[in-house]
Amino acid sequence: MSAADIQLDAQGRLRHFIAIEGLPRALLTQILDNAERFAPVGDRAVKKVPLLRGRTVANLFFEPSTRTRTTFDLAAKRLSADVLNLNIEASSTKKGESLADTLRNLEAMQCDMFVVRHQVSGAAHFIAQQVAPHISVINGGDGRHEHPTQGMLDAFTIRRHKQDFTRLSIAIVGDVAHSRVARSNIQALKTLGVPDLRVVGPKTLIPPQIEAQGVQVFDDLDEGIRDCDVVITLRLQQERMQSALLPSANEYFREYGLTAERLRLAKPDAIVMHPGPINRGVEIDSAVADGVQSVILQQVTYGIAVRMAVMAMILGNQALAGAA
Amino acid sequence: MRWQIRGGRVIDPANGHDGVADLWLEDGRVLAVGRAPRGLKADEVFNANGLVVAPGFVDLGSHLREPGFAHKATVAREARAAAASGFTTVCCTPDTQPVIDNPAVVEHILKHAASAGGARVLVLGALTVGLAGEVLAEMHALKAAGVVGLSNLDRAIKDTAVLKHALAYAASAELTVISQPEDYWLGRQGQVHEGAVSTRLGIPGIPAAAEVIAVHRELTLAAAAGARLHFSRLSAADSVKPIVEARRRGQAVSADVSLAHLCFTVDDIGHYDPNFHLRPPLREKTDRKALAKAVATGAIDAISAGHEPHDVDAKAAPFGLTEPGMSTYDTFLPVLLAQVAGGAFDLATAIGAASLRPHQILGREGGHFSPGAPSDLCIFDPTRRWTVTDDTLLSSGRNTPYFNHAQTGRVVATMVGGEWVFQASV
Repeated sequence: MSAADIQLDAQGRLRHFIAIEGLPRALLTQILDNAERFAPVGDRAVKKVPLLRGRTVANLFFEPSTRTRTTFDLAAKRLSADVLNLNIEASSTKKGESLADTLRNLEAMQCDMFVVRHQVSGAAHFIAQQVAPHISVINGGDGRHEHPTQGMLDAFTIRRHKQDFTRLSIAIVGDVAHSRVARSNIQALKTLGVPDLRVVGPKTLIPPQIEAQGVQVFDDLDEGIRDCDVVITLRLQQERMQSALLPSANEYFREYGLTAERLRLAKPDAIVMHPGPINRGVEIDSAVADGVQSVILQQVTYGIAVRMAVMAMILGNQALAGAA
Repeated sequence: MRWQIRGGRVIDPANGHDGVADLWLEDGRVLAVGRAPRGLKADEVFNANGLVVAPGFVDLGSHLREPGFAHKATVAREARAAAASGFTTVCCTPDTQPVIDNPAVVEHILKHAASAGGARVLVLGALTVGLAGEVLAEMHALKAAGVVGLSNLDRAIKDTAVLKHALAYAASAELTVISQPEDYWLGRQGQVHEGAVSTRLGIPGIPAAAEVIAVHRELTLAAAAGARLHFSRLSAADSVKPIVEARRRGQAVSADVSLAHLCFTVDDIGHYDPNFHLRPPLREKTDRKALAKAVATGAIDAISAGHEPHDVDAKAAPFGLTEPGMSTYDTFLPVLLAQVAGGAFDLATAIGAASLRPHQILGREGGHFSPGAPSDLCIFDPTRRWTVTDDTLLSSGRNTPYFNHAQTGRVVATMVGGEWVFQASV
């Protein structure tokens, strides 16, 4: 079964949102267009629309997260859904309950949607296969696999600033090997037609045969970001030094840290993105993170609109299907 | 008791025989193929018209799960499932609980097997205590209890000195070491073959180098120690050449590949299908083809089932949290025949690799129909079509990718030591 098979219903509409891989371009564009419609909601005095009134969304976080969980929480609330936040890492699994049992218990609470973050790749896919037919699953990040709403909010941010994907050069810099954000970015941007997509990093942080996904690999930052329209920097985890993938954070910053000087190699109007949380002085210099080309905080804002769009599309489809 | 297995296509690779003939058996031994010895009259006749009569299969690494994991499988049930699948001998792996590192566990398993009335069960002992790779198991005591070889399975021995000593001590005890070669450090975090699929799915990879390095390391140490070494379940194309070269230098080394590794590649994992979570991992198409070719040329001696039955929960989790292994007895014959039909190798090679060669690797008599050989045989219908369903599976393990798949070829009867251990109800 392909990822797309499980994500789409018989009419090709979104039923779960597990991975961007395999989804058609028209559907990604539809998500972006719907997010445009939801974006103004956040600017209003009353930041709520009644679309999902009476529906229950459960945030199941098997791995700690602040930003993603908060923005999913806000997105659901702005759609007037009831929200249940469950930090499962700290509860059931420590008592030895299996994932399948945890899911059955949550199903019994009559939720309509699970937003799932899990440290193991494929967890969201597994959960989508397991849940009762009336429950939809949104992947809030699974292991190193995908983080599809992040991929879509990055695409949304890029479209807001650069309009046409088919003319862009985009570089993704840093720890691609361990990054679910990078994988979702690559899938989204390739599907949306970006012709020049690059990944930049030392060989220890670039996963094998990533070229198969239609990207060019650079191990030199200057070459990798030259004339780019967008530079996406990835977070570097401290563990990478412990597992001998890198010598030190200092050396990483010297070779791959995005500084104002280096950013001048990209196009003058290039934008700088980061999925957060940022390590200042490791993957990005403060002057760049806080500079005029940075759109890092806009990404956070847009994340709410994109997540509203995905939730509304899935539960809206479901409501239609139920009525029919 | 004298049996005439009448009119079957008798395939006996050791004697270069492949043709319709009668097989004559007496008191658990082969008397003759072809014409009856002068004056012999059979007490019983088995009509094998239209069927193939072959020496029974051997699995060099069956995880029989008992003691310790009876929720996955039991020795008795798996021994019967093996018999129904054409196996006359299976080797129980030492990853039980407690581990087979002392004679008591060996005796326990042999006792359960003896009363099962299925395939003959042989026992592999642990190379190190608890399979922990630190302290040598009491190899002489294990041998006295009846183990036919020693293995540390997929628990790679980190310490090269321990490995060196284990090989040398096993050589003194005159026991074959059965190795699943994998470098500990390159393999420890991985779950699938390292390459485009591990990158796409975001699953930590195990590079082919993990196996190839271990093959070189173990060949070097075994040569120095004079140990008899068998590599089990090879997965990487590049593992074959060093083994062939070592054999050419006169080293006592053999190898097998699991049937699953001849059928599937890492691409079959698709989107996290846990049925394809195996150890060693499924690799690329080039590896699969090179391994099949190595079977065809004899560079790889044997094809194993590598039977690993699991309970349902062991596979009901996200890929990385599932247990590796595939339940393979029930589909072994038709899948092997499909490889033959696909041109990977001929039928005589397939049967030789599943029967004669593993007998030789274990130093056991059998795997052929020379006069005096044990009456260990399977009779199968090579054209019978059937579909894999819950009802047809005799192993406890439901962890097979063949559910609802049509198969061609089915075992009709299996004899171990002159006794029928399986006869299909017609």
